[in-house]
This record gives sequence, C-alpha cells and structure tokens, in this order.
Amino acid sequence: MAEIAQGGGGHGDKKVRSKKASTRVDMTPMVDLGFLLITFFILATTLSKPSSMSVAVPDKQTDVKNQETEPLKASKVLTLFLGKDNTVWALDRIAADDDKAKTDLKKVSYGPDLRTLIFQSQAQVDREHGKDDKGLSQFVCVIKPLKSSTYKNMVDALDEMAVTKSKRYALVDALTDKEKDLLGDKAN
Amino acid sequence: MPALKPKRNYPMMDMTAMCDVAFLLLTFFILTAQFKSQDAATIETPSSISAIKVPDKDIMIISIGKDGKVYFGVDNPATRVAMLENISQTEGVQFTDKQKKIFSLQANFGVPIRGLSQWLQVGATTPDKLKEINQPGIPTDSTAQNELAKWIYQARRANSGLRIAIKGDNVAKFPVFKDVMGSLQAQNINKFNLITGTEAPPQGWKAD
Repeated sequence: MAEIAQGGGGHGDKKVRSKKASTRVDMTPMVDLGFLLITFFILATTLSKPSSMSVAVPDKQTDVKNQETEPLKASKVLTLFLGKDNTVWALDRIAADDDKAKTDLKKVSYGPDLRTLIFQSQAQVDREHGKDDKGLSQFVCVIKPLKSSTYKNMVDALDEMAVTKSKRYALVDALTDKEKDLLGDKAN
Repeated sequence: MPALKPKRNYPMMDMTAMCDVAFLLLTFFILTAQFKSQDAATIETPSSISAIKVPDKDIMIISIGKDGKVYFGVDNPATRVAMLENISQTEGVQFTDKQKKIFSLQANFGVPIRGLSQWLQVGATTPDKLKEINQPGIPTDSTAQNELAKWIYQARRANSGLRIAIKGDNVAKFPVFKDVMGSLQAQNINKFNLITGTEAPPQGWKAD
C-alpha cells in the first residue's frame, strides 16, 4: 500500500524511459496517530470550566451593638428553613412567634415549587409595601440552613435568589428560640 | 504461457482530507487544553446559573469532600512552598527540601500539620504510595485547633493577591461549610466564591 516510487535511477537501463514519479504517500498511519492524540487530549482535559458564585457575608468583627439597625418587618420577609432530605420549610411573611406560624409553615421542595413561592411572596410584598426610596423591592429573603441540610441545598437556595432576582437576602445559621419551638424535631 | 495472475486491486482511499481534519481537531484540543489536576478527593459540585468563571491563577481552593473532610490547595507551586515555609516557622515543624518539593506538586491536601512531615516523607521515598494514603482532612472545628485558618493566613502572607474559592460536594453537610466560613470570617474575609457547575438559566431569564 505504501509506495513511494523512486523514479529517476535509470542509468543502468538500456531503454531510457521517463518513469512517472508517483508521490503518493499512504496517510493511514498518520491519521491513526492524529486520532490517537485527539483521544488523549479529549480524555485528559476538562472541557467545561466551572463557574463561580460570589458570596459576600457581613463583617463579624464590627460591633453590632453600636449600630442602629431597624428590625425587619415580618410582613416583608420570607424565611426559608433548609431541612433534611431536600425539603424546605417556608414561613411566608409571618414571624415565627406569631400564633398562625405553626399552621402557616409550608413544606416545599426545591425547583419550581420553591421558585413559585418566592415569586408569589415577592409580588405580594411589592403590592403591599411598594418600592423603597431607591426604587428597589422591599422583599427580603432569609435563608436558614439547618444542621441536616447539605451544601447543595444551600447553593440551590442561593441560586434561587439569583433566578428570582431577590436582591436582599441573608444567609443565617442561628435559629432563635421561637424558631426552634416552631420547627421542633425538624430542626435537627 | 505464464499462469494467469488475477490482478489484485486494493481499494485505495485518499486519506489526505481525513488527516487534515484529524490534525485540525488535534490542534484545537491542544490549544484549549486545561489538564485535570490530581485532586485529593473527587468532588461533585452542585450547579448554578452563575456565569462568572473561576479565575485561573492566584486562587486558593478550599474543598469540602462528601464525608465532610476539608482539603486545601493553592494553584501556584511557588506559593505552596512559601506557604509551607511560613507554617514551618510558626508551628515549629521542619521539612526537608525533598519534602518541600513533593509538597509543591500537590494540587491540594488534607493532612493535619502534625502528620504533614510523615505524609510528605512517604511521597519522598515512595511517590506511588502517596496517592493511596487516605487523607484525614484538615481540622477546622475548634478555634484552638483550627488549622484551616492557619493555612489560609499563611497562604495569604505568601501571596496577598490570592482569591478564595470554596468547592463543596453536593452531599457535604452544612455545618462543615459553616466552620469553613467561620475560619474565613475570623480573618475578616467576607467575600469569597463558591465553585459550582454551570446550569442553563430558566427560559426568559436575563441577567441585569
């Protein structure tokens, strides 16, 4: 198959015949090699570059007691407790110490359910309170991952904030006593 | 009369075009290649719609494995050595040049400072065995023994421009992440990145 015809050497020949030099090179081994290397590079590289989500947390060092902070109105807040087995317990615009909190605590799952809930709550807050003086929504989402929740749950919840464009959200890990009472054994 | 020889006719195919394609693809893959680094543990990250890419250089990655073990890694080998020397000074642990060399080759590690010398010695004598050793993870829990905080501090001393990224596994529990976050916050690091996979945003969603 692989023939590189060497034309030319016709000195000894009696009949001088101009031989047509065929310069066909068999490419098969070269193609083999090419694809072998391609396979290697495909397998050895990472194609999809991971993306990153930036998180900014409030400064712990500053003395909070000296700062005057306005308490949040419960009617503007959606609290999400991230529990075990991929469930979320949501308190929609109601404080944990409210009498109705126990019956109002909703169980939602990640994905469309959670998204719908956030959108609903957002729309409701916007209707009741309107925009603030900077023209932003007054809706606040508090994410409280419980001990049994996983890292994925937290990332999902934060991602949901990006999807629903909720600008004001907080990641809080401590539960208040009222919340502990409310959640009971779900808090573990 | 010579015996009638059937004329063999090999089907010849022109491979030139195929060869061209193969090498074109090869060139593409070589140029876009980013080699997988040898990590101490495989971590499956959750995905998010975030479109920010993880920076290539000047980055420290704190990984949380699925069993809650914490691993630490810096991208640049020179920074790794400088960081190790800083730790060696403050903790009073000595390392040989060979051990430092081995350390500079590790993308990340999860060994407590006390066991580090022994672990690196394995790498110095029998390099193949190093991968097989089960790494216990870096202690993060109590404040006195928070070695992760020490590593972060020394890494930033070695290279002050380091960005911080946390790479957690899907099933890692939240309290481990909280400890890691606590170590960062204790040093006034309040902004960091979470490394996630990429996921398509829902239809009609636009970034603003």
